[in-house]
Amino acid sequence: MRIAGRRVTTKTVAIYALAIVITAVMLMPFAWMLSASLKLSRDVFVFPIEWIPSEPQWQNYVDIWTKIPLGLFIYNTSKLTIIVTLLQLLTSSFAAYAFAKLDFPYKNTLFLGYIATIAMPWQVYMVPQFLLMREFGLNNTHLALICLQAFTAFGVFLMRQFYMSIPTELCEAARIDGMNEYQIWAKIMLPLSKPALSTLTIFTFVTTWNDFLGPMIYLTKTELKTIQIGLRMFISQYSAEYGLIMAASVVALIPVLVVFLSLQRFFVEGVASSGLKG
Amino acid sequence: MSISSSTAVVGRPTATPRRKIKVLSRRRRKIQNALVAYSFIAPNFIGFAVFTLGPILFAFALAFMHWDGSNAITFAGLDNFWRLFEDKAFIAAFWNTIIYTVVSVPATLVCALGLAILLNQKIFGRDFFRTAMFFPYVASLVAVAVVWNMIFNPEMGPVNMILYTLGLDPKDMPGWAADRHWAMVTVILFGIWKSMGYYMVIYLAGLQGINSELYEAANLDGANSWQKFIYVTVPQLAPTTFFVTVMLTIQSFKVFDQIYMITQGGPGTSTLVLVYHIYNEAFISWDLGYSSMVALVLFFLVLAVTIVQFRRQRED
Repeated sequence: MRIAGRRVTTKTVAIYALAIVITAVMLMPFAWMLSASLKLSRDVFVFPIEWIPSEPQWQNYVDIWTKIPLGLFIYNTSKLTIIVTLLQLLTSSFAAYAFAKLDFPYKNTLFLGYIATIAMPWQVYMVPQFLLMREFGLNNTHLALICLQAFTAFGVFLMRQFYMSIPTELCEAARIDGMNEYQIWAKIMLPLSKPALSTLTIFTFVTTWNDFLGPMIYLTKTELKTIQIGLRMFISQYSAEYGLIMAASVVALIPVLVVFLSLQRFFVEGVASSGLKG
Repeated sequence: MSISSSTAVVGRPTATPRRKIKVLSRRRRKIQNALVAYSFIAPNFIGFAVFTLGPILFAFALAFMHWDGSNAITFAGLDNFWRLFEDKAFIAAFWNTIIYTVVSVPATLVCALGLAILLNQKIFGRDFFRTAMFFPYVASLVAVAVVWNMIFNPEMGPVNMILYTLGLDPKDMPGWAADRHWAMVTVILFGIWKSMGYYMVIYLAGLQGINSELYEAANLDGANSWQKFIYVTVPQLAPTTFFVTVMLTIQSFKVFDQIYMITQGGPGTSTLVLVYHIYNEAFISWDLGYSSMVALVLFFLVLAVTIVQFRRQRED
């Protein structure tokens, strides 16, 4: 068989068929969510599934903003995510520069401190961490979540691995030219480390935006809640309002989708390289 | 070199103070360099030490204490440890964690490898397919878990509706999250769906690292696709597979969010896992010492896997 001048084998057809079927299954929950978000609650479970609602209920997308403070939840989550991501990028790349390019006493000991905790599940120390935050009076504040997410061993490790691959001669040349270490970091290392910074940005953005257990432990006041626990609260309050729940879920997904699609090239490369080095 | 040798010729009296100054300034320089380096590390390290290292040490101590978070802490010795063996919920949580891991790790691994091989072919729209497979991994868990619950709703969900149209008797219909025999299956299916795209990407990187000459040599020997897969792809991917296994195992030991969202650990204790038990003991019962002891069990499970990985890396 020939399509558009190309020979098409059974194998090619099979590969495409398989890829399309699997993709459809993978994306089915999202399609269902989108479709249900435009239906009346009583129509959500009608079978056979009406994928494109005959009377789309756009009102659902209006109602969710008044039923729960969705705007506030999104604002809280964005605030947390942006601050955590910026702090993470800044402090990790700063520390990683010293670990990769400078010499100082106890360098290996300090680095070992980071490495040793990479595999340590957060759940092992979440309780003492909570008690510590409570002692600091940070319970029910966003600052608590910022403190616990902004300084990770993973960030330092990822950036350090990348800086190791940048030739040391570059730094030495800059030193001879009279740059101090801070200038070398800002003017040479940072611009060169865009792939690593993008990877870390996406990882941090996605984990902070989607974090559930952290906000659930620390934030009990409604006005402080993030989109994840806000959504969860909404689901338990209006458990039968399927259409509204789905509309709110779609809204919660959009920011991640945008960030992911705009940075996905870097992400795939980043996962591949950082994953295998780890 | 030339300067020091010329000073030696000129005479000792002037050389000694100069050398002293040189040594002093070198030491000062060293201290200065170290201070600069520490200033780079400090912003991250202080936060890290206070909010991660400190709590970790505290967690180990707390496992041997009794504390409800408000009254005085008392030393418990090994009380919390012995309690583990009498706590039916802990024993259930431990075995459920193991079952979750033993089933979901190989299943996710096989799916991820299959997907990677499929999407490593030169096909039109490959990037789209890869992105689609990866998306569940980054999608917000609360949102997708609620869809999952609706899709797998035993009475009205489309999955059971499809099974019904395929002729399955309503009496034999799986109850999914509401059924103690199916709840674990539901949670595992969700985990595979959500994370296989991520491991697919790692496998893709592994596949691209295989030397194409190996396949050419296999072609010359007249190997078919299956033989090439078994004798070239699988052995060449061994390091990747090992890495993926370790990552998946650690992730499975830590599973919590999806279970909280889909089954709340139930029905009964059928999907109660270690982290869920830690959470319950700490934030529901406020038995902080015992909760830390359960956390210690989780720590040793993860440590065991990490040690295996470390040994293996050394061998390579």
